[in-house]
Amino acid sequence: MAEFTQLAELLKDDEVVTHSYVRDVPLSGGKTLALVTLDNGRDHTRPNTMGPTTLLELQRTLQSLKDRASHGEIHAVAVTGKPYILAAGADLSHVDAIPSTEVAKQLGQQGHATLGLLGDLGVPSFVFINGLALGGGVEIALNADYRTIDSSVPALALPEVFLGIIPGWGGAWLLPNLIGIENALKVIVENPLKNNRMLKAKDALELGIADVMFEPANFLEDSIKWVDRVVSGTTKVKRPNQPGKIERAVKWDAAIGIARKMLQSRIGTVPKSPYAALDLLAAAKNTDKATGFAAEDEVLAGLITGDQFRASIYAFNLVQKRAKRPAGAPDKALARPVTKVGVIGAGLMASQFALLFVRRLQVPVVITDLDQARVDKGLDYIRGEIDTLRDKGRISPDESNRLKALVSGTTDKSEFADCDWVIEAVFEELGVKQDVFADVEQYVSETAVLATNTSSLSVDAIGAKLKHPERLVGFHFFNPVAVMPLIEVVKAPKTDDETLSTAMVTAAALKKTAVITKNTPGFVVNRILAKLLGEAMHAVDTGTPFDTVVEAVKPLGLPMDPFELLELVGLTVGAHVLDTHHAAFPDRFFESENLRKLAEHGKILDRDGKGKVKGYDKTALSIVAGGTTPMSADELRIRIEDGLADEIHRMLEDGVVAAAEDIDLCMIMGAGWPFQMGGVTPYLDRVGASERVFGGTFHTPPIRGVA
Amino acid sequence: MVERTEVVFVDGVRTPFGRAGEKGMYWNTRADDLAVKAMIGLLERNPEVPKDRIDDVAIAATTQQGDQGLTLGRTTAMLAGLPKSVPGYAIDRMCAGAMTSVTTTAGAIAFGAYELAIAGGVEHMGRHPMGFNADPNPRFLAEKLVSPDALNMGMTAERIHDRFPHLTKERADRYAMRSQHKLAAAYEADKIQPDLIPVAIRSDEGWGLATRDEAPRPETTMEGLAGLKTPFRPHGRVTAGNSSGLNDGATVSLMASAAAAKEFGLKPKMRMVSFAFAGVEPEIMGIGPVPSTEKALRKAGLSIDDIGLFELNEAFAVQVLSFLDHFGIDDDDPRVNPWGGAIAIGHPLASSGVRLMIQLARQFEEHPEVRYGVTAMCVGLGQGGTVIWENPNFKGGK
Repeated sequence: MAEFTQLAELLKDDEVVTHSYVRDVPLSGGKTLALVTLDNGRDHTRPNTMGPTTLLELQRTLQSLKDRASHGEIHAVAVTGKPYILAAGADLSHVDAIPSTEVAKQLGQQGHATLGLLGDLGVPSFVFINGLALGGGVEIALNADYRTIDSSVPALALPEVFLGIIPGWGGAWLLPNLIGIENALKVIVENPLKNNRMLKAKDALELGIADVMFEPANFLEDSIKWVDRVVSGTTKVKRPNQPGKIERAVKWDAAIGIARKMLQSRIGTVPKSPYAALDLLAAAKNTDKATGFAAEDEVLAGLITGDQFRASIYAFNLVQKRAKRPAGAPDKALARPVTKVGVIGAGLMASQFALLFVRRLQVPVVITDLDQARVDKGLDYIRGEIDTLRDKGRISPDESNRLKALVSGTTDKSEFADCDWVIEAVFEELGVKQDVFADVEQYVSETAVLATNTSSLSVDAIGAKLKHPERLVGFHFFNPVAVMPLIEVVKAPKTDDETLSTAMVTAAALKKTAVITKNTPGFVVNRILAKLLGEAMHAVDTGTPFDTVVEAVKPLGLPMDPFELLELVGLTVGAHVLDTHHAAFPDRFFESENLRKLAEHGKILDRDGKGKVKGYDKTALSIVAGGTTPMSADELRIRIEDGLADEIHRMLEDGVVAAAEDIDLCMIMGAGWPFQMGGVTPYLDRVGASERVFGGTFHTPPIRGVA
Repeated sequence: MVERTEVVFVDGVRTPFGRAGEKGMYWNTRADDLAVKAMIGLLERNPEVPKDRIDDVAIAATTQQGDQGLTLGRTTAMLAGLPKSVPGYAIDRMCAGAMTSVTTTAGAIAFGAYELAIAGGVEHMGRHPMGFNADPNPRFLAEKLVSPDALNMGMTAERIHDRFPHLTKERADRYAMRSQHKLAAAYEADKIQPDLIPVAIRSDEGWGLATRDEAPRPETTMEGLAGLKTPFRPHGRVTAGNSSGLNDGATVSLMASAAAAKEFGLKPKMRMVSFAFAGVEPEIMGIGPVPSTEKALRKAGLSIDDIGLFELNEAFAVQVLSFLDHFGIDDDDPRVNPWGGAIAIGHPLASSGVRLMIQLARQFEEHPEVRYGVTAMCVGLGQGGTVIWENPNFKGGK
């Protein structure tokens, strides 16, 4: 039995060990089931995880059960978890300390050596999936002969690809051989890339990951009864999704091919783990288990020591942890209760605000606009959306009635008198916003929070006409409001802590991630995007072809190229963003006359009837023609990387946000920048831009692999 | 006179009974979950029962707080997956809780209000020690309504020895030992197991499965019993060996009108003939089953000689002996507790009544020559409860 000591050494004092307890359970006919419980001794808020010591203990336990089985003492082995949790996978808390590919390889080998025993006990093995099962937790189950699942299991997933690695404890080989290649692709590749989508118990049953599902009240009892029937032969397990010869001969390669093409068009070729997973799944078609497991070891070791995985873990921790404890947030106890919300404006954005606030806060929301017709239109929209939610079964009829009764509209601002929170979504012009707030201030209490959704104006300037500017805060949403998870909460110089706290607590109640930023142009996301898009348009303006610009940013692996992004936000809005940033920082941000013209024309890309991009619009090409000093893709990429490093460095020097982590959190949540870049700063460190521009790095040590 | 609706006991099940306390198998299992698991087990083995036709769920517990609070019948019904349209309530008559669940729902069935009902009880004495948080009215003692002994069940048992000096400690010990041996034999013959619903149990050593009662001591000997301490009095007679212990467990039964049983194709295990509760002096609460049984026999128009099988709750050996002595039945009469009783199995207070019925029902199947049987038990603060049953398998004879 290999001891994997180097690996254990890394975690020796820190690992929360998940123990493997064994109790014998009598089956009928005098047979015995050895029931293994995985339990780390903590409550469900600290799920079972599997570090080296945990695996070692499990390995010894399973080995001793194998011995007992060989002596005829036990007739089946089952593994289950503590209440609500099977296991949340490998303990990744110290993987960044893995010093070499050699040690990284042990991580896979130890998992295989341990979990693989479940397929080699000499008696049937079962896993009772009683609760949360992620990654290695699912692989425990996959390595067993049979699986039962509790119908209340909230999440089961192989999220490895989402984190930049692959299921390396047997998952990549076992899963396609259990549930077929198409289902396995869905679980291992597709779902992780759909924002890490998880399966419910019913999905796992339908896919064939579990053989049978039982209700939670008697899950263990029923699972044990089922073991009894399987062991005695009265229940025969059927697996309709298990791939047969035809699937292997005909379907397998085709499915891999389709998936590969889809990946290339959706996410490009920069992220490594999805393609590594594809290769393993492809090979699982006709390799034996040992070969498959060995391949997993190799691939896992390569990824785990690489840049992308380290950046992904960093990004994952930002989203999971830092997002929940925002840097610089004042004491929550300072927050004022929000018992009624006023929305100034009844246009689309304002109506979306009203809908979000009424759904999440469940307090009265009143909207207002210049005339009753606009107010009615806004109300119709909101009520229609509530009806849609009801019709889709997302909310009950009672809830729908409740929400609709909470929403009202008026042209009489005296109805705002008892609002604790007023947010505006009016035209993005300083004078308009100043007047709107000065007007509403006559009606509301002195402590009602006033929130502006401005994306480009100074929050301080917006409050210039207020008697109490200390209760004004920026509250910048991203479009579409219901979907995008980020809010930039702008702390203007006069904003007081009570107001800021109220904004942070309200953002959390809206189920959004809030990052506190200083009152500087563009805050975070728009400023960084303006830098990128400004450089892109500048390159175009000086004669660089669109294609070269696209090629220049390819190595970043962004969710879309600059021109797709411009069309998404709207060319007019894009041009406006460049203009405002150029006005604020004329020596560093480009404006683009061409972009203004393109905005007038209306498009850059040529699309087919379904909206798919075919190429560039001919008129657009002629609009931008005439530049005389084109850059190569490499020149431009370095310009962009250096420009971003410089701008972010300046932002941090200026205290726009508390730390580089907050920049990355904003870019991940507000612009969908990828985990493999770690948002942006880990990427800039690892490509040398930080060093080139300011002679240092954003992170010490830099977040990068060992290879 | 209008014909009365016939009431039948269709089926009953229970969890294995555990030893109360930290070392007991149910220490980490909730009381309500015990009742829920028993209820699910009962419904699973009676799949013909349309769940939405169950008219009520009565679950008893003595200490109705914490996981035994919140109107147990309603909460356990919901947790067991019964439709929300099925109502439920909680019952308390201390040790006769489950028995009272049965008689109360039976009364409703007889009246025509119900067709189907679930009746049972639970007591997790580990989580809810007897009398915990109780606040007896000071008048009880100030006005000498009861003696201080009345609130301590062991002391009331000593008082029975006082009253009936011929019921010696030796007789009590012998009765207790036989209870242990009879249960061991019944387990050996697989008489007990069919009505047990296994319960998954969590411990520091991981999950396990409770499949048997935890309390029995089949190795019990007279010598061993003789050496036990008498915790209620110096040189007393009542010991842990000739008393029931402190236990955790749940029981449930399915009660029906004879017509509903027929409609749903259910085969009744017993027909209810009569029931009665009676009060006695709290200081000697253990003799309670004597007047309650006399009352129930009178209502049924039967005499003690008509009874072919007895399931008597063994709160204390001497308390059962006083009953047998009163009715002129031998200490070792084979009609009495043929598979042992609470001294061996355990006595999770409010659950025990249905446990008696489960065993009587099984014995009826084995004894078609027996027409009538009795389930009876004593109750704290001086009560007794008795239900008389008729054997549907009766084939004539004596």
